[in-house]
Amino acid sequence: MLLITCPWCGPRPEIEFRHAGEAHIARPADPAAVSDAAWAAYLYERSNPRGEHAERWRHAHGCGRFFNARRHTLTDRISATTKPGETP
Amino acid sequence: MRLPSGGRIDRGKPLRFTFDGRAYSGVAGDTLASALLANGVHLLGRSFKYHRPRGLLSAGAEEPNALVELDCGPGRREPNTRATMVPLVEGLTARSQNRFPSLRLDLAAAASLFGPLLPAGFYYKTFLGPGREAWHRRWEPLIRRMAGLGRAPEAPDPDRYAHRYAHCETLVIGAGRAGIAAALAAAEAGDRVILCDEQPELGGRRLLSAGEVPGLAALRANPRVTLLPRTTAFHYGLQNFVSLAEILDRPDGLRERLWQVRAVRVVLATGALERPLPFRDNDRPGVMLADAARAYAARWAVLPGRQAVLLAAHDSGYEAAFALQEAGARIAAILDLRAAPPLADTARARGIEVRAAHGIAATRGGVRVSGVLAAPLRPDGSPDAARATPISCDLVLMAGGWTPNLALFSQARGKLRWDAAADAFLPGEVAEALTCTGACATGRGPGHPVAAIAAGALTARHAFVDPQNDVTTRDIALAVQEGFRAIEHVKRYTTTGMATDQGKVGGMLGLATAAAASGRTVPETGHTTFRPPYTPVSFGTLAGRHRGPLFDPIRTPPSHEWAEARGAVFEPVGQWQRARAYPQAGEALREAVARECLAVRQQAGLLDASTLGKIEITGPDAAELLERCYVNAVHSLRPGRCRYALLLREDGFLFDDGVLARLAEDRFHLTTTTGGAAHVLHLLEDYAQTEFPELRAWLTSTTEHWGVAALQGPAAREMLAPLVRGCDLAALPHMAVTEAEVAGIPARLFRVSFTGEPGYEINVPSDRLPALWEALIDAGATPYGTDAMHVLRAEKGYVIVGQETDGTVTPLDLGLGWAIGKGKRDFIGKRSLARAEMQRPDRRQLVGLAPLDGRLPEEGAQLLATSGARVAEGHVTSAYASAALGKPIALGLLAGGRARHGETVQATRLDCPRQPLLVVPPVFWDPEGKRLHG
Ligand SMILES: [Zn+2]
Repeated sequence: MLLITCPWCGPRPEIEFRHAGEAHIARPADPAAVSDAAWAAYLYERSNPRGEHAERWRHAHGCGRFFNARRHTLTDRISATTKPGETP
Repeated sequence: MRLPSGGRIDRGKPLRFTFDGRAYSGVAGDTLASALLANGVHLLGRSFKYHRPRGLLSAGAEEPNALVELDCGPGRREPNTRATMVPLVEGLTARSQNRFPSLRLDLAAAASLFGPLLPAGFYYKTFLGPGREAWHRRWEPLIRRMAGLGRAPEAPDPDRYAHRYAHCETLVIGAGRAGIAAALAAAEAGDRVILCDEQPELGGRRLLSAGEVPGLAALRANPRVTLLPRTTAFHYGLQNFVSLAEILDRPDGLRERLWQVRAVRVVLATGALERPLPFRDNDRPGVMLADAARAYAARWAVLPGRQAVLLAAHDSGYEAAFALQEAGARIAAILDLRAAPPLADTARARGIEVRAAHGIAATRGGVRVSGVLAAPLRPDGSPDAARATPISCDLVLMAGGWTPNLALFSQARGKLRWDAAADAFLPGEVAEALTCTGACATGRGPGHPVAAIAAGALTARHAFVDPQNDVTTRDIALAVQEGFRAIEHVKRYTTTGMATDQGKVGGMLGLATAAAASGRTVPETGHTTFRPPYTPVSFGTLAGRHRGPLFDPIRTPPSHEWAEARGAVFEPVGQWQRARAYPQAGEALREAVARECLAVRQQAGLLDASTLGKIEITGPDAAELLERCYVNAVHSLRPGRCRYALLLREDGFLFDDGVLARLAEDRFHLTTTTGGAAHVLHLLEDYAQTEFPELRAWLTSTTEHWGVAALQGPAAREMLAPLVRGCDLAALPHMAVTEAEVAGIPARLFRVSFTGEPGYEINVPSDRLPALWEALIDAGATPYGTDAMHVLRAEKGYVIVGQETDGTVTPLDLGLGWAIGKGKRDFIGKRSLARAEMQRPDRRQLVGLAPLDGRLPEEGAQLLATSGARVAEGHVTSAYASAALGKPIALGLLAGGRARHGETVQATRLDCPRQPLLVVPPVFWDPEGKRLHG
């Protein structure tokens, strides 16, 4: 079980959190203006790297807030967690 | 045979026990294994596949053969227990397994004669392809009768199990010399230390010598050190989160304890495991690991035999032989696979005959070994049976070399690297804060190369690599010959290293055999993955207190006690227990549901709808947030009014539905489905926090705060009116909300309907719901449950998310396009609905289905255009007996269904070929909606 540091609450066990997918996937400001292909890319295409992965977590059973984390997909080591908009 | 002196046992404390019904006695400090050996019992079990007689191979956790069933009374029967790990206690009752009718005379041992019939891959070969029929008819029943390791207990386990969490700076696993040294060093540095070991006595191989184990006294005296004997580290999780199973067997009934330890550093001092050697009939009782025989003599003062032959590939075997000689055994000969054994002269000086470059061509004996055929090795390393000479013995010691025990290191995602000098896989890179020390880090020195050992045994018969799974060198060679190259495939095909063994005994030898058979080196062949648990862990330990009513949380709505007292029938809905129906005396469930349905249609019924999810949304931008998320027009919703609200995912498919009520300009009361409550809140929070953080809107779950009484039926208003203060019910239109006092309780009073009848959903603080409920019952309402609720909503064509939908259904498919706000620029999923695929006229659409044969259709039945058609065009989503209509009705999804009203489709059935269904509009009851607004 991972120990995850919520930027607001501190280190907490993984079971308090919910994974929320890759980070920095911006929703198009005007969805009607984007092509089907661009919309499909927004919906489904993810980087799925072998290595460092920027992803979102939510402290669902704690403060309830979403935050960003950088996790290595081979070791599961989380090297940084940051509030939205912050840089590590 | 028990030695007159020595050992770490207490001869002053005799203990009685039985094995297969015969009475024996041992002493305190014995294991079941040592006590049986002391009583001259060498035949302890039958093997899994061939029912071959088996005895003790080892003295520790790796024991593959001596699996026994312990019986300590009802609920305390435990199968597949390794006799080497059971401390002897007074009155212990143990039985052998896998034998019929008795251990000594086992009829199924005839399977041994048919050995060639059950080769590697037997299961796969007969289960697939043309053999499949034979498998079901013949082989499976036979194998089920013969195999099956042990019997599970029938009664519930009466004992208690505990869970405990712990933190420490240093966790040391393994209390041998290296582990004790690591614990001492860490404790000296000021660490909190946990030192665990699977044995009842700490000390590891130091226990082979007499006297106090050095260092233990200092550790015991240190309050920052926790010593955990009989505690197995069985799972290594991420970030040094290690699970330990501690066996307590306390008189107060606390049997085992699960420790979940988060450690800053972990030290693995897990030692090395001695390997058996492959030769013909190397599984006969009396053939034992050399170090195990030494342990029986040193720790338990038991001689496992009087006349021993050592087959050595490693110098450690000599130490064992010398120790047994000193304990009184005669060493008939040492056969060494090596051409120049370093300790040969030392042995000869002790009067022991040593034959270099010799192996064993076969063992002799029945249910115990009586001799070996000693044979010089051919150039390929195999024993030359033609030149073999017999040697009598009742004990064969195998010193096959040592495999560093890196199961936990591998679980920690550590990489193993092949070290040619050590002739072993040693720990390589690992990302965790973890170090290996002692024999698990370095091995115990090279002996005869394992590759050469395997190569010399490729053609031997009955040379067991993995005795527990009855896998021989020939089985592995056959797998390789049949094309299995990857070691993970060889493992699965031959089943070597499965079950409790997990590669401890046969893993290394198995992969060396696969390497030899495929002409590759050991590192080229690679190794299999070590998976948790390291050794078997009982379900009780994993479950802890989470059993019975504490197994899973149960949520009950506020009327639960009332319903229970009236004999309601309940059903689980997620974690909720909801009343399905309230049968009266002598009434069947089906009759109760029909009566409840008619009560709602003719009078008024009362449903506890408290399980609905509820979210309060407040803030100046609350309306804007909901406008951007839900499909509905929210800004145009006036305070005091409600809308049927739909929430999609960005892919355009329906995610949840509910009622959105505007209480004030900046305050909404939103309901969700019972199962969707947490998911909807999560999704809305996601958009509120991350997509639209500029909006000032806040979401609060109020599911538990409001109890909801749904009063539905033509008489609802008449029943409710006398209880209401502060609102004119007659002036409250359908889809409106107001604050009022109901039965003296402050309430949010909704006029909404999920039945098609005029109705109210009265929200009061949850703890006040029972009082409101009683008042409404007194006013004449008939309680109805979820079964009637389902029938009533289906009669009206109302969908249930998750029943009519499956994550691939849009609002348009359900005929709910009217709910989508006209002219909205955006909402979650809108862009996806604009895709051409989402607008195809042949998408599966919601239809009503009227059975032409009057029978109830089966939910999930496939819909076919004609009875001969092979391609399904839809399926039945709901089907009920409608009391109000006096006939069965169904809803379904059908390709292009809205344009097919009047057509007959064929539904599949389990009990007959097809059922004709007439496609009709999905609203069976009051299609004009006159009643709703009445
Ligand atoms: Zn938090």
